[in-house]
Amino acid sequence: MRIHIDQSRCEGHGRCYTLAPDLIEADELGNGREIGDGSVPPGLETAARHAFDNCPEHAVVLDEDR
Amino acid sequence: MGHHPPVEDWATDFDHTDGVWAHDPFAIWDELRRTCPVAHSDRYGGVWLPTRHDDVAAIAYDTDNFTSRSIIVTEYRPPDLSPRGGVPPISSDPPFHQGARRVLLPPFAPQAIARLEPSTRAYCEELVDALRGRDIVDAAEEYAQHIPVRVIARMLGFPEEDAEVFRGFVDHVIEGVSLPIEQRVEGMGELFAYLRAQIDDHLENPRDDLTTYLLGAEMDGRPLEVGHVGGTIGLLLLAGIDTTWSAIGASLWHLAANPDDRVRLVAEPELLATAMEELLRAYAPVTMARLVKHDIDWNGCPMKADDWVLLPFPAANRDPEAFEKADQVVIDREVNRHSAFGLGIHRCVGSHLARMELRVALEVWLQAFPVFTLADPDAVAWAGGQVRGPRRLPVRIG
Repeated sequence: MRIHIDQSRCEGHGRCYTLAPDLIEADELGNGREIGDGSVPPGLETAARHAFDNCPEHAVVLDEDR
Repeated sequence: MGHHPPVEDWATDFDHTDGVWAHDPFAIWDELRRTCPVAHSDRYGGVWLPTRHDDVAAIAYDTDNFTSRSIIVTEYRPPDLSPRGGVPPISSDPPFHQGARRVLLPPFAPQAIARLEPSTRAYCEELVDALRGRDIVDAAEEYAQHIPVRVIARMLGFPEEDAEVFRGFVDHVIEGVSLPIEQRVEGMGELFAYLRAQIDDHLENPRDDLTTYLLGAEMDGRPLEVGHVGGTIGLLLLAGIDTTWSAIGASLWHLAANPDDRVRLVAEPELLATAMEELLRAYAPVTMARLVKHDIDWNGCPMKADDWVLLPFPAANRDPEAFEKADQVVIDREVNRHSAFGLGIHRCVGSHLARMELRVALEVWLQAFPVFTLADPDAVAWAGGQVRGPRRLPVRIG
């Protein structure tokens, strides 16, 4: 699984890095950005899905197949 | 607010300052969503009210047809101060908006807000300590309302003893929308005179606070104009006060009225982060507004230039098309794309601050008073208009 923040949609609500702090971090403006290449290690899939399910702007992109 | 005739028909003559709306807007929105999803009223010189999530979102995203140059519905149209607007960046449109917002984002980013948590917690503890031992206290007047006032005063570097003055400005500018224009202009004059004095003091005595930061900030390589700084500070001072106070108060009201949720939160404090988002969804305090830029047929609605459009994010949050069990408070809701802090480029710049204050306020309260109930449900008084929350909230803590 891979997680990615679509910067064209992100408005800095911060739900993603609150719910998945091991996968997403805040930049200096409060926008979310994936840590590293966005690969979701085993055990963090639920956190990734929570981030996806709670973004008001639909800016969290989950690729379940990679 | 008492200046308007009561509403007879919510689809054709609504008024968001009506007492019925303040008391229970949910039934109004649910009915409109089913029967007239974009309502219109001739009040305020013409105002539209979408209640479906997708319509509210579409207008929030549409900066081509809708302008933010005024975001509080009043009887008159504001002077055109574009592109900046009176209180940037909330009153600014693209492309000016982006630069004006960019200046504010770092001091309101979560890393910066985290540094304010210890002092916020200490203040909340001071407030609950003063209430201990009493039977009945007012959780809105004696707790919720004090927190954001103190926090923003400290951030801006304004005298904390001026809290009462700030609350007067809030009453006037945000809640006093039905006042005659002369009174509103006078109130704004007092606000800007106060801000001017604070700015002058900061120019003479720079210090480590948000006001000094803004006075030194640049946009497009040039220092912000003093009028810009004054407008932004006015925004920060006013926008964070009754909004946050409302969110804290509404959350405490819900927990006082719903013992099952209160008991569960006390037993499972780790659930608070999730529960808090659900309380924000269900009782989102803030309804924004836009002005229509030019005559447009919007999904069949004949909107005219300078018509108001209310953006009731709290109604969007209750749309069953967007949320399962939209009308129920589910404190462990896992899928929650609520828009309590708006959508799109005007997402509340203070949302990280508001969330920190709400979380700390609830943690401290629940630790101090794990058992509390509504002392007199009929005595609870809600402010309506564009910022909805309890202004009187007597609860029994003893």
